[in-house]
Amino acid sequence: MNLFCDQIEGQAEMKRELKLFEKSENVKRFLWFFYAFLVVLLIVDFFVHKHAAFPWEATPAFFAAYGFSSCVLLIFMAKALRIFIKRDEDYYD
Amino acid sequence: MINSIPPAAIFIVGALFVPLIRGRLKSAYMLVLPVLAFAILVKMPEGKYWVVRILDYDLIFGRVDRLSMVFGYIFTFISLLGILFALKVTDDLQHVSALMYAGGALGVAFSGDLVSLYVFWELLAISSTFLILARRTKASQLAAFRYILVHVFGGLCLLAGIMFYIHDSGTAEFANIGLGGTASWLIFLGIALNAAIPPLHPWLQDAYPEATVTGAVFMCALTTKSAVYLMARTFPGTELLIWLGALMTVVPLLYGILENDVRRVLAYIIINQVGFMMVGIGIGTELAINGAVAHAFCDILYVGLLFMATGSVLHMTGKIRCTDLGGLYKTMPLTCLFCMIGAASISGFPFFNDFISKSMIVSAAAHEKLSVIWLILQFASAGVFLHAGIKVPFFTFFGQDSGIRAKDPPLNMLLAMGGAALLCVVTGVFPGALYDILPYPVHFVPYSAAHVVNELQLLMFGGLAFVLLIRTGHYPEQVRAINLDTDWFYRKGGRLFYYVMDKVLNGVNVVADRAIAQGISVWVGRLSRRPLTSLVSLYMKAMGKDRVAMEEFEQETSPEATSLMAMGVPVFVSLVFVFSLFVVFAFLG
Repeated sequence: MNLFCDQIEGQAEMKRELKLFEKSENVKRFLWFFYAFLVVLLIVDFFVHKHAAFPWEATPAFFAAYGFSSCVLLIFMAKALRIFIKRDEDYYD
Repeated sequence: MINSIPPAAIFIVGALFVPLIRGRLKSAYMLVLPVLAFAILVKMPEGKYWVVRILDYDLIFGRVDRLSMVFGYIFTFISLLGILFALKVTDDLQHVSALMYAGGALGVAFSGDLVSLYVFWELLAISSTFLILARRTKASQLAAFRYILVHVFGGLCLLAGIMFYIHDSGTAEFANIGLGGTASWLIFLGIALNAAIPPLHPWLQDAYPEATVTGAVFMCALTTKSAVYLMARTFPGTELLIWLGALMTVVPLLYGILENDVRRVLAYIIINQVGFMMVGIGIGTELAINGAVAHAFCDILYVGLLFMATGSVLHMTGKIRCTDLGGLYKTMPLTCLFCMIGAASISGFPFFNDFISKSMIVSAAAHEKLSVIWLILQFASAGVFLHAGIKVPFFTFFGQDSGIRAKDPPLNMLLAMGGAALLCVVTGVFPGALYDILPYPVHFVPYSAAHVVNELQLLMFGGLAFVLLIRTGHYPEQVRAINLDTDWFYRKGGRLFYYVMDKVLNGVNVVADRAIAQGISVWVGRLSRRPLTSLVSLYMKAMGKDRVAMEEFEQETSPEATSLMAMGVPVFVSLVFVFSLFVVFAFLG
């Protein structure tokens, strides 16, 4: 994987730039790695001994479901909040 | 001998000499100050010393126990890193105020009486105001003005509370105060304002993003965390704090998702993190207090790191909005790396320091069977990853390429970030060193398989939500806008107050001016100059003569003009009048 590209800019000046996510295949690779890691996390969950303080903690994949739904809920709550609190940048000027 | 100087004094007195020194010597001098303070700190025995008796009160500048020591250590660490980060700044105002500010924070951590505490508390407010003013923009001047007004209000609440407290208890010494009675409520209010507890929080998100690049590093570490220290000292186990803290962990996340200014996103995350600490202090068990204190320690490191990384971006590009940034990882790889370490730390990934501190608070909630609080804290933990862990690096360093090709900042800034990043990882991997300095003995094991897997699931599936929503276009777009917060009440309310006062008081002025300055005095003047004409025209007015007739009369027949009365006559009349007054008062009164 070529992380660095030597690039010639307008003024014929050599510049080293990191181009990790410029290529869509790298983004895809990153996402596949990410999804695979999620699956591993779900599988591992069944082999881990849990000492739960609350009954729901012992449920397999509870934390995965809770983390996912928390973030979705949070984003939609933020979108709803924006309707009420969004003002122009010069609102206080 | 060296032990006769309190560490706060090293900073405060040391700051005064900064403008006198030039060049490399100045850099060396500023770096030596926190090192010297640390050397004193490690030799300070527990107990109460540096007691100065003023009037009837003992001012205690050295109340040293395990709680104050943790904050002493971390305030000194972050001062060293902050000074290193700011080394190339040529503006002495910033250096002097930053050092004074650090001295104020150390003073708060070690003061054992309310009088000296108050002095250091105000020093914090005043010195930090200069770190905002030093940005020298219109926005920063206004923000600094609001900042100092809010803190003066908080300071006055604290001062009133202190006066009541001293009056009631007869001593200025303090430890655990506990809620109950006017004095404690006022003190609580004063501390709560500095701890950014809603609705007293908006000064933080208003002022910090307007501070200078290097000033913000000190600000994010010192004010709220010295308030956390004081809260842990004076109000541990206050149930109200559990609920206020839980509120603090959630609401700022919503704002953080919407906010466009990256440093303002971080300002909201500070409120969120202090929320975790407040929950810990509110629960008040040994584990919870340890957790709150450990969390303050770790928070200073990673929030400091994030403010340094985003400050570097602002310093190198002049831009700080999500809508203006993006793709900077290509040319600022080291800053990006440090920002990612800060982001991983704040999100609580295993092997980063938040993992070992936040989980102590969450476990403490579980131990006390506070199920709702536990659920809120886990919700907020997932949200932090979304808000600071992903959003800050993503929109700054990745995302849409902004076309900006800024380089990494100068070496001193990179070293400061590197130092903070290293501490974040070291405390995360070897928590023992941190656990050893906490107020109570620690029996907490962060690295169990279940805890690691649970935390990773919580975070990574939160990340999955981000990936899915941003790819489907459901993630809120980053837009140039402001989001109303509770500062609306004093920013708009202040204007309303001004408007009302303007209309009411200036209205009274106008009426008084018309009636007295222009009405009565003009009429009296006319009466004395042309008494007959005035009286006759008054009579004509009363009889309903029209204006034309009156003007004709005034112009044509002016009895005084033709009068041959000598000048001496009015003088004689006045003398008679004065004499008669004299007679009345001298003989009849």
